[in-house]
Amino acid sequence: MANNISKDQVQHVAELAKLELDDNQLDYFTDQLGQIIGLFETLNEVDTTDVPVTSTVSDQLNVMREDVADNWNQKDALLANAPETENGYIKVPAIIDESED
Amino acid sequence: MNYLDKDLTSLHEDLVSGKITAESLTKETFANIKKTDETTQAFLNLNEDAAIKNAQAIDQAGIDADNVLSGIPVAIKDNLVTEGLTTTAASKMLENFKPIYSATAVEKLAAKQTINVGKVNMDEFAMGGSTENSAFKITKNAWDATKVPGGSSGGSAAAVASGQVPVALGSDTGGSIRQPASFNGVVGMKPTYGRVSRWGLIAFGSSLDQIGPITRTVKDNAAVLTAIAGHDEHDLTSSTKKVPDFTAGLDDSASVKGMKIGLPKEFIGEGVDADVKAAILAAADKFRELGATVDEVSLPHNKYGVAAYYIIASSEASSNLQRFDGIRYGYRAKDVQNLEDVYVKSRSEGFGDEVKRRIMLGTYSLSAGFYDAYFKKAAQVRTLIIQDFQKVMQDHDFIMGPVAPTVAFTIGEEVSDPMTMYMNDILTIPVNLAGLPGMSIPAGFSKGLPIGLQLIGKPFDEATIYKAGYVFEQNTEFHKQTPELGGQA
Repeated sequence: MANNISKDQVQHVAELAKLELDDNQLDYFTDQLGQIIGLFETLNEVDTTDVPVTSTVSDQLNVMREDVADNWNQKDALLANAPETENGYIKVPAIIDESED
Repeated sequence: MNYLDKDLTSLHEDLVSGKITAESLTKETFANIKKTDETTQAFLNLNEDAAIKNAQAIDQAGIDADNVLSGIPVAIKDNLVTEGLTTTAASKMLENFKPIYSATAVEKLAAKQTINVGKVNMDEFAMGGSTENSAFKITKNAWDATKVPGGSSGGSAAAVASGQVPVALGSDTGGSIRQPASFNGVVGMKPTYGRVSRWGLIAFGSSLDQIGPITRTVKDNAAVLTAIAGHDEHDLTSSTKKVPDFTAGLDDSASVKGMKIGLPKEFIGEGVDADVKAAILAAADKFRELGATVDEVSLPHNKYGVAAYYIIASSEASSNLQRFDGIRYGYRAKDVQNLEDVYVKSRSEGFGDEVKRRIMLGTYSLSAGFYDAYFKKAAQVRTLIIQDFQKVMQDHDFIMGPVAPTVAFTIGEEVSDPMTMYMNDILTIPVNLAGLPGMSIPAGFSKGLPIGLQLIGKPFDEATIYKAGYVFEQNTEFHKQTPELGGQA
């Protein structure tokens, strides 16, 4: 099977998707994604000149509603799902590396 | 009490007459689940205390004689959020996630006095066709414990087929209700896109996802869809069309006389197992015998469905799954140095391989320089697939064919080979791309494993395929066969 995607490309895509791959995983996914992208390439057999795209099959278009604020009063329940909280806030590590201070 | 030979109508009669109570039914349901789930492994999380309390309340209020769902135990696929009840989507990412609201379909079922007995297993984030991609357990086929239950709603189908519950909700993005229904010999309906609100369904491919019922009979299925369908202001793609009573006319008066059925030659061609093909051709003869006409039709772009689907569904998934960042809810990686680390390590540790594969395929298809070649091309091919269906539907009432090219395969056999796994969906995917209703009903066996017949209807015409499915069911014995639990292996 031709190489439809290179290791560098897979590495780049993983970075865009905020995923980290070790060397073994990189080989594994490069091989598998290459096969699947090979399948994608079969679409080139189809003439789509002047064919419109379909992005939804919903029968509803441009649904509008009033922009009304609604207080669900569920702050505690929401915060209970956060991995780390402090004084009613969600806690995250520093944006820059903590070891660089 | 053996629930395997009970449909909703007979359970309802027993509840109304007082032969059983909602509480006794619920307690027996849990006792039975605890016994059978050692083998089946369908459930991720039981809702026992709340369910029994709910059943007691329903008994106290009195079983509603006009509501066939009153007091009926149901199981919910674990990608439908349930308020206060852990909802994982079978992912380590959401292992401890407790939703603060319930999905509309779950609310609507509850409003009909059903009893949610628990959450059932699935492929992680509904990505897969075998339920082997669950982060937690491997559900077994109800007919043979060495076989997969199909997926991604494998827990829903196995729970119904093994007699644990008469009703389960599933979701179907590329076949995830119909294929496991087929593999387990039960009835599974993917409604028309927009028929059921997606509010509270953990999003995978938003232009394809639909929630639908898995049941033991066609009429039961119609009753559940009637209950969960309808417009919802929380889902702007949900249709404002009136929801009929889908059980209306499912009685002795139902007939397929004069119906015109299309059988696409691509659905019984290369790659379709000989036994599956024979069962579908026999079903076509049965419909002819019952007064319908069945003629060969063509869906020339069907073969491109899998490629188009894996571009579109993966692209939508890569966008939908960006929300899992380890900040507000879900899994957060330990020993991280900075915010970027939280994102990358949480996602890398929290997602399984199939989910990563789809996220990367989608990210790639949408990335600069590739968008036109992949995403746009797939969206155009989608249009051609829709047009193929429209053409056939112009002079046919519905389309019939197999659900899957084969019966259930062996656990472990395909999980490491995504290409083979993806091709299993070739007969279900086009229905999602076109947004049509599709149903699987039992239509035969191959080496002791069930074969599903797929009926595909016009948009919002679930009623016709329910009617045809009901007539087929009444004139065949396949749905009356029940598995010897744990299988013969």
